[in-house]
Amino acid sequence: MSAPLLEIRDLHLWMRSFEGEAHVLQGVDLQVGHGEVWGVVGETGCGKSLTGLSVSRLVPSPPARYGRGQILFNGQDLLQMSEAQMRQLRGGRIGMIFQDPTTNLNPLFRISEQLVDVALAAAAWRPELLGVPAGASAREKRRAARALSLEMLERVRIPDAAQRLDDFPHQFSGGMRQRVLIAMALIGRPQLLIADEPTTALDVSVQAQVLALLRDMVRDFRMTVLLITHNLGVVAQACSHVAVMYAGSIVERGPVQEVMRRPTHPYTRALLAAIPRREMARGALEGIPGTVPDLIHPPPGCRFAPRCARAQEGCRAQVPALEPVPSALAAGAGHEVACFHAHPVEAAC
Amino acid sequence: MSAEMSTPSARRPRSAGREAWRRGLYRFAQSRLSVLGLAIVSLLMLMALVGPWLAPYPEHLEGAVSTAARFQPPSAQHWFGTNEMGQDVFSLVMGGARVSVLAGLAVVLLGALAGTLVGGIAGFAGGWTDDLLMRLSDLKLTIPGLVLAMAVAAALGPGIFNMVVAISLSWWPGYARLVRGEVLARKEDLYVTAARAIGARPARLLLVHILPNVMTPVIVKMSLDMGFAILTVASLGFIGIGVKPPTPEWGSLLSVARSYMPDFWWTAIFPGLAIFLAVFGFNLLGDGLRDVFDPRSRR
Amino acid sequence: MLTIEGVHKTYPGQRRGWRRSAPVQALQDVSLEITRGESFGLVGESGSGKSTLARCILQLEPVSPGRIVFEGEDLARLSPAAMRHARARIQMVFQDPQASLNPRMSVHDIVTEPLVIHREVMGLDARQRTERALELLQLVGLGEQHLFRKPHEFSGGQRQRIGIARALATSPTMLLLDEPTSALDVSVQAQVLNLLHELQQRLSLTYLFISHDLAVIRYMCDRVALIHHGQIVEQGDCQQVFDAPQSDYARQLLAAVPSLEGIGAAGSDGQRTPT
Repeated sequence: MSAPLLEIRDLHLWMRSFEGEAHVLQGVDLQVGHGEVWGVVGETGCGKSLTGLSVSRLVPSPPARYGRGQILFNGQDLLQMSEAQMRQLRGGRIGMIFQDPTTNLNPLFRISEQLVDVALAAAAWRPELLGVPAGASAREKRRAARALSLEMLERVRIPDAAQRLDDFPHQFSGGMRQRVLIAMALIGRPQLLIADEPTTALDVSVQAQVLALLRDMVRDFRMTVLLITHNLGVVAQACSHVAVMYAGSIVERGPVQEVMRRPTHPYTRALLAAIPRREMARGALEGIPGTVPDLIHPPPGCRFAPRCARAQEGCRAQVPALEPVPSALAAGAGHEVACFHAHPVEAAC
Repeated sequence: MSAEMSTPSARRPRSAGREAWRRGLYRFAQSRLSVLGLAIVSLLMLMALVGPWLAPYPEHLEGAVSTAARFQPPSAQHWFGTNEMGQDVFSLVMGGARVSVLAGLAVVLLGALAGTLVGGIAGFAGGWTDDLLMRLSDLKLTIPGLVLAMAVAAALGPGIFNMVVAISLSWWPGYARLVRGEVLARKEDLYVTAARAIGARPARLLLVHILPNVMTPVIVKMSLDMGFAILTVASLGFIGIGVKPPTPEWGSLLSVARSYMPDFWWTAIFPGLAIFLAVFGFNLLGDGLRDVFDPRSRR
Repeated sequence: MLTIEGVHKTYPGQRRGWRRSAPVQALQDVSLEITRGESFGLVGESGSGKSTLARCILQLEPVSPGRIVFEGEDLARLSPAAMRHARARIQMVFQDPQASLNPRMSVHDIVTEPLVIHREVMGLDARQRTERALELLQLVGLGEQHLFRKPHEFSGGQRQRIGIARALATSPTMLLLDEPTSALDVSVQAQVLNLLHELQQRLSLTYLFISHDLAVIRYMCDRVALIHHGQIVEQGDCQQVFDAPQSDYARQLLAAVPSLEGIGAAGSDGQRTPT
């Protein structure tokens, strides 16, 4: 098996706030292989956005403090890199899409300028991107960058791309803007794309289109994706693998079909039970009792224990590590869970 | 059966108000300059309130003169020296604090009150009320503050009260504008809509919901304005409007001392320094307050 | 209980220099009928006019033309004073739990405000109002210790409960719920939806439930109407509309929803997770 593209090992992150230091990421472990689309899912405050931002080192470093742990990208530890080295990676090897398309495009500049900027920045480290010889003049590089921008806009299916290339952001609808942002993220041909809630601000119909687009891009560019979302439906539709996060660590992970069909961790199951489904009688929805733990004074041992129906003494003594799910069916499927009481689940029909 | 909800943090302080105070104080104290501003202002307020009693030569504040001790340079008996009438400059400066600082305070309070009312009604009512009130305030703004204050003070006659009124008249449009803008913004806030949906009358919406949430920028402006208010009071005093001797006032002290510069520099420098300190202190305090209240500031 | 007939709402165009941009037709000939005790869903995407309709029903914005008949009275024709009285009987829960509560007011004041505003009708003195506030908080699953705190000390789900308590203060017969759970996490949403269901049964309430989330509407509502660009595109029994949509828009919408259905009914292993 080839080495994973991205490997997060025992990542710990503390955030300083007025009340004290919150242990927001507690031993995050994740291996993302080439071409995989990982959905990182969880509710507010679980640390999923911070995990994604940590990979591109976009978390401001006071008030954040990284403890032990590594983020290995192509074998190199991103946490040890200088800002200059990170800048090389961003845009060129690691692309990012954020949640709100309205505020993520500079309203003063035309789309073409913004796209060209990104292309030129990426080309500074990878000149072959533009397809022009090394000694080319600035003007030629610009022209090549512009051609590349047009190509990207067409790829993300902006109608009349040639005419709209010089439009301003406010002339595009929300869904269109998100496509432009996808184009911007991909123009540098990154190996890894981190998408932080890319469709949350969009209407359902537009969301479906954007997800379909992402799927095609992943296929065409052979990309690897980290898709951060709180919406399990999106994960089910767009991802190949899923990692469920709670209070700063991953509690369950594995291939999407596997985890969704045979959820093992009590939190994953509670989450799935809280989503309204067809044929559900009113009153059948179940919430999760209690609230998210205070990360400044986290509970000892398993952080979900205070809210868990299966919790016992051992759960509070030690933090459970991710282990393969004990089930004949899941053998070798890569399905892992962090729970002391993971027992084989009967396949639900 | 509804699930029992527990509040997020393990240790909850008794009152939300006190918690907000502690946070505010913490953020405020992070800037040494702000703390300095607070210290200066506290000192000034103290002087303003109890100055006349603490002054080493209180009789000079009443008008007593001591011609034998004219123009004595700063010494152990007279820390700031004496002026042309033998009066202790230190006592005069302390006494002057009362007039300058309290008058400045009065100006700002009156201006803020009037401005808030006008701006609040204009922003809330909109339509022609808004237009009318704003044009009125524009009118006031076209006349230079000092000139207006002079004219009104001259018309009303001498005395602190008249001077305060005169200056406030040119001060309120700034607050009206600020409050109007804030009210316009808050008017569309969801909790205001919620109150409307419950059936609240316009008066209640304005007084209970909108204005209390608008007070923060007003308070910041008030503290920043204090410095300039004191300066204006001093300016009027300088040209001879407002207080009459023997009541000491920094501006009038400065005015009289003008002609004795540079030989008897202490008669002018110390009142001048006092004015400077007051403006500086209030500006620092105002800046500090603004940073504390600004949700986006780094601290 | 509530009949909406031929409601139109137009926003005049904005002034851009010398010209005005075209007026926006936010609602066009909207007609609905909601019967007593039912849970009626209104589904639409952003900009469809669903929130506008809610505001128009409560006369937070005027309609022209149109009739909004609530318990026999046309709300659009009432005098401001009469409308104020009517408000005691039809209340609203808003989408953003944080923004809908005045950050400077204590929970007690927020929840008793409707009682203060409708003093003459409710006839409660200060002490009785406080008692009622306590009663309301307990009804929504909060307690006495929460009474004098401020909104920012609570989580999103708790704030929404406070909003619901406030809406119930004057014992209304009907509640308009404008995306009440859209800003909440899924597990918190489940609790709030269950609360709303329980309250409806206990207090015999009628709901107009507005949302963009089809799954939530299907779970909570008996009948549903789809609104698109200010027009009602389809109406009917929840089951019918979702299983056999008639209009193209409905079909499109249903097809676009990312669903877990294909993955299988995971999460339930035959027994309820004990609370």
